[in-house]
Amino acid sequence: MAEYWSNLAMVTSVVVYLLALGAFAAEWAAARKLEPEVVPAGVLVASGGEEVIGDAPAPEVAAPTSKAPDDTATRIRVDMFGRMGLALTLIGWASHLAGVVMRGVAGNRFPWGNMYEFVTAAMLFIVTIFLVLAFRGVRWLGLPVTLLAVIGQGLAVTVFYVAVAPLVPALHSVWFVIHIVAAAVAGAAFNVGGLLSILYLLKSRAVRREKVRGYLAKLPSPTRIDELAYRFHAFAFPLWTFAIAAGSVWAEYAWGRFWGWDPKETWSLVTWVVYAGYLHARATAGWRGRRAAVVAIVGLACFWFNFVGINLLVSGLHSYAGI
Amino acid sequence: MAERTRRPGTLRGAETLRWLWTQLTSMRTALVLLFALALAAIPGSLLPQRPTSPVRVREFITDNPQLGPIYDAVGLFDVYASPWFAAIYLLLFVSLVGCIIPRVGVYARGLRAQPPTTPRNLARLPAHLDAPASDDPSTVLDAAERELRRRRFRVRRLDDSVSAERGYLRELGNLVFHCSLVFLLSGVAVGSLFGYKGTVAVVEGQSFSNTLTQFDDFSSGGLFSPQQLVPFTVKLDSFEAKFETGPVQRGAARVFRAHTTTTIDGASTDGLLEVNHPLSLGDSVVHLVGHGYAVDVTVKDANGDVAFTGPVILLPQDGNFLSVGVVKAPFARPERLAFEALFLPTAVDTDSGGASAFPDALNPALLLNAWHGPPKEATGEPENVYSLNTVGLTQFTTDDGDKLRFTLVPGQSYTLPDGSTIEFHDWKRWVSLQVSSTPGLWLVFASVLVAVTGLCLSLFIRPRRLWVRAGAGGVEVAGLDRTEGRGGLQDEVRSLAEALELAVTDEPVDEGVAQSPPGGAGSPQEDEED
Ligand code: HEM
Repeated sequence: MAEYWSNLAMVTSVVVYLLALGAFAAEWAAARKLEPEVVPAGVLVASGGEEVIGDAPAPEVAAPTSKAPDDTATRIRVDMFGRMGLALTLIGWASHLAGVVMRGVAGNRFPWGNMYEFVTAAMLFIVTIFLVLAFRGVRWLGLPVTLLAVIGQGLAVTVFYVAVAPLVPALHSVWFVIHIVAAAVAGAAFNVGGLLSILYLLKSRAVRREKVRGYLAKLPSPTRIDELAYRFHAFAFPLWTFAIAAGSVWAEYAWGRFWGWDPKETWSLVTWVVYAGYLHARATAGWRGRRAAVVAIVGLACFWFNFVGINLLVSGLHSYAGI
Repeated sequence: MAERTRRPGTLRGAETLRWLWTQLTSMRTALVLLFALALAAIPGSLLPQRPTSPVRVREFITDNPQLGPIYDAVGLFDVYASPWFAAIYLLLFVSLVGCIIPRVGVYARGLRAQPPTTPRNLARLPAHLDAPASDDPSTVLDAAERELRRRRFRVRRLDDSVSAERGYLRELGNLVFHCSLVFLLSGVAVGSLFGYKGTVAVVEGQSFSNTLTQFDDFSSGGLFSPQQLVPFTVKLDSFEAKFETGPVQRGAARVFRAHTTTTIDGASTDGLLEVNHPLSLGDSVVHLVGHGYAVDVTVKDANGDVAFTGPVILLPQDGNFLSVGVVKAPFARPERLAFEALFLPTAVDTDSGGASAFPDALNPALLLNAWHGPPKEATGEPENVYSLNTVGLTQFTTDDGDKLRFTLVPGQSYTLPDGSTIEFHDWKRWVSLQVSSTPGLWLVFASVLVAVTGLCLSLFIRPRRLWVRAGAGGVEVAGLDRTEGRGGLQDEVRSLAEALELAVTDEPVDEGVAQSPPGGAGSPQEDEED
């Protein structure tokens, strides 16, 4: 029964996220009609207090420079789509949360024992982070986050789905909870950081070419996006380190060796090393900014390859029952 | 790069070495080596590796006769033990040590250093506030000193100003993190030099003692000596296995529990050995790493003498534990006997080859064929106990000339054409135990713990400098963050001004402006790149 409701809630969340994605896309499309932003020096000033990490400066600042009078109507429409997107994301998230919780109830255990469960849990953390950010002024992350949520949840319910079942003995361990929660939260933060790095690249390119318009104009300055991206990576990296360490403690208990170059272990290390490279890159002149962002995106690619590619392509000790 | 092309001929000996050392310990080299390490680790995850799957390596080489030997020659089937992989991580760690030693020195010297003197022009700092003079300047500075100390800044009083700094732990965290990576590697090295690992299969009712000769498989580090083996015995009293019987993941493992009696230093204790709950015996650990079926059989030769009796370990071939093995009775007379055995825990289709439909023993059956041959001199050469060398043996046939195959269930016996018999008493389970000792283990985990702590300090502590200058012309409060990713500088400068009860006249300037040239040309970061 719980399993039925869980599945229903998960599928619902995909549909609602899709609608949210539509609303955010409409926000972007509507914003395209706005006059290209002539980024005035004031844009950065207007963003005001520190506490608003990523406020959207466009509405307040560009208003004086906009020429057409009907621009205001467009701006209101843009904002309305944005609010709709956020409201829908919230509904999708509630359904998603219910899905994950019911899954745990159905299995009478923590719901991350296979790839389907891991992906749905990690996606839940990602959307949660976004919602927290959105209420602190970072609604502009809506489009990429809902896109990711639709893809992730969509793949989960269609391709990765497996029915609820108890765990194999290898997963009976407290480290199962510690290791996977750390990995999922770190992964969620890496994802948000990676999306921010992508936006940073898009925005800084637009700024360089002096073609900042539409959605990109609604984003804060490249420096600020980059800073926010850095914060997510800086938060995720120690947690990821801890997740790997917890995994190796567990491996010592379960298999009698803390490190065995199993494909999953190898790729966690590769991911870790790439992110260490990202942090180093930011401290190296000539690598900050654009190149560091590229390294972050490579890191995210490694993360996903580890969680999807390795499970499907290579067989190792970490192969889950089902998928 | 530029240095390399500059008069290379004039660099000599010590100079070249110093140049190489500077290059090796540069941040850029660290970056390159990190990426090299990530890249080098990849092939080992995609190609089969000899230490873990030797059979698949052999298959790969057979399937790829051209590429296989080349891969083999460059070590791609044992990446993590290959010289080039070692070269990368050793260089990285040399670079790491070369990088941290000078920084430890700098940090130690700076440990009790005073905050820097106040810059002449505070207005150029990213956060800055002006207020008219109210109190006596020295009163303001006293108050500022108290307030900054309360905020846990290190404070330095100068003639007309107070200079304060905090966040010294950041660099400490960074150094601790990098140092513990070195300790981590040392721990791993100790473990692989002095450690050992062996596996042994033990049938229910039997026991194992921790000596070299008892292991089926044993490997150890270069500095291991057999005296390290703690003398103990483990008796397997029984092994419980349960499998999923429901429709979802039918046959998946659910419970593995080995009930054991362990004896060490003359004292015996009962122990429960499970997958995530190894037994600790001295400095060795016993893990449950596998299990399977054994068959308890008795072979009597044509004279009616018992030629073999006991459990025979069979190796599982699939998820439903279709298991194969060999029963050998070399002392049967007049001819020696041997049987190829196929055990099906839940037998189906026994007439057409046979298969097992479930991993538990719900419908056990033992399929056998039988061989006979003249007695063989004992050569003392080890023989594979799991496969039959049929040289010198002849297979029994039926009266029609077909090869003889027969099926036994527990309790049954079968009489061969020559009058000898084989009786299948019952099946048993065996477990595969891994005994290991990894001496550097505590160092590895302690290093990781310290590393994570240092990392958090290094990433979450953000050093900041604040200044207050008071003079006849007014009071200035200013601040500077020494790392990126930090928010709240404006707030702190403002709240400091409030705590000093200053009547602020100008609004703070946003950090973004101080960092970015106007006109939307982006941040200094972009400018540095191209
Ligand atoms: C095993 C190799 C290494 C790993 C995993 C590693 C990892 C890290 C990490 C995660 C950070 C970020 C912490 C922070 O930003 O404060 C960092 C910072 C740093 N690393 Fe490494 N590192 C390694 C080797 C090296 C080497 C060889 C050098 C010197 C050439 C070096 C120099 C530095 C410096 C100077 C910082 C501080 C950067 C800053 O202040 O922002 N590291 N390292």
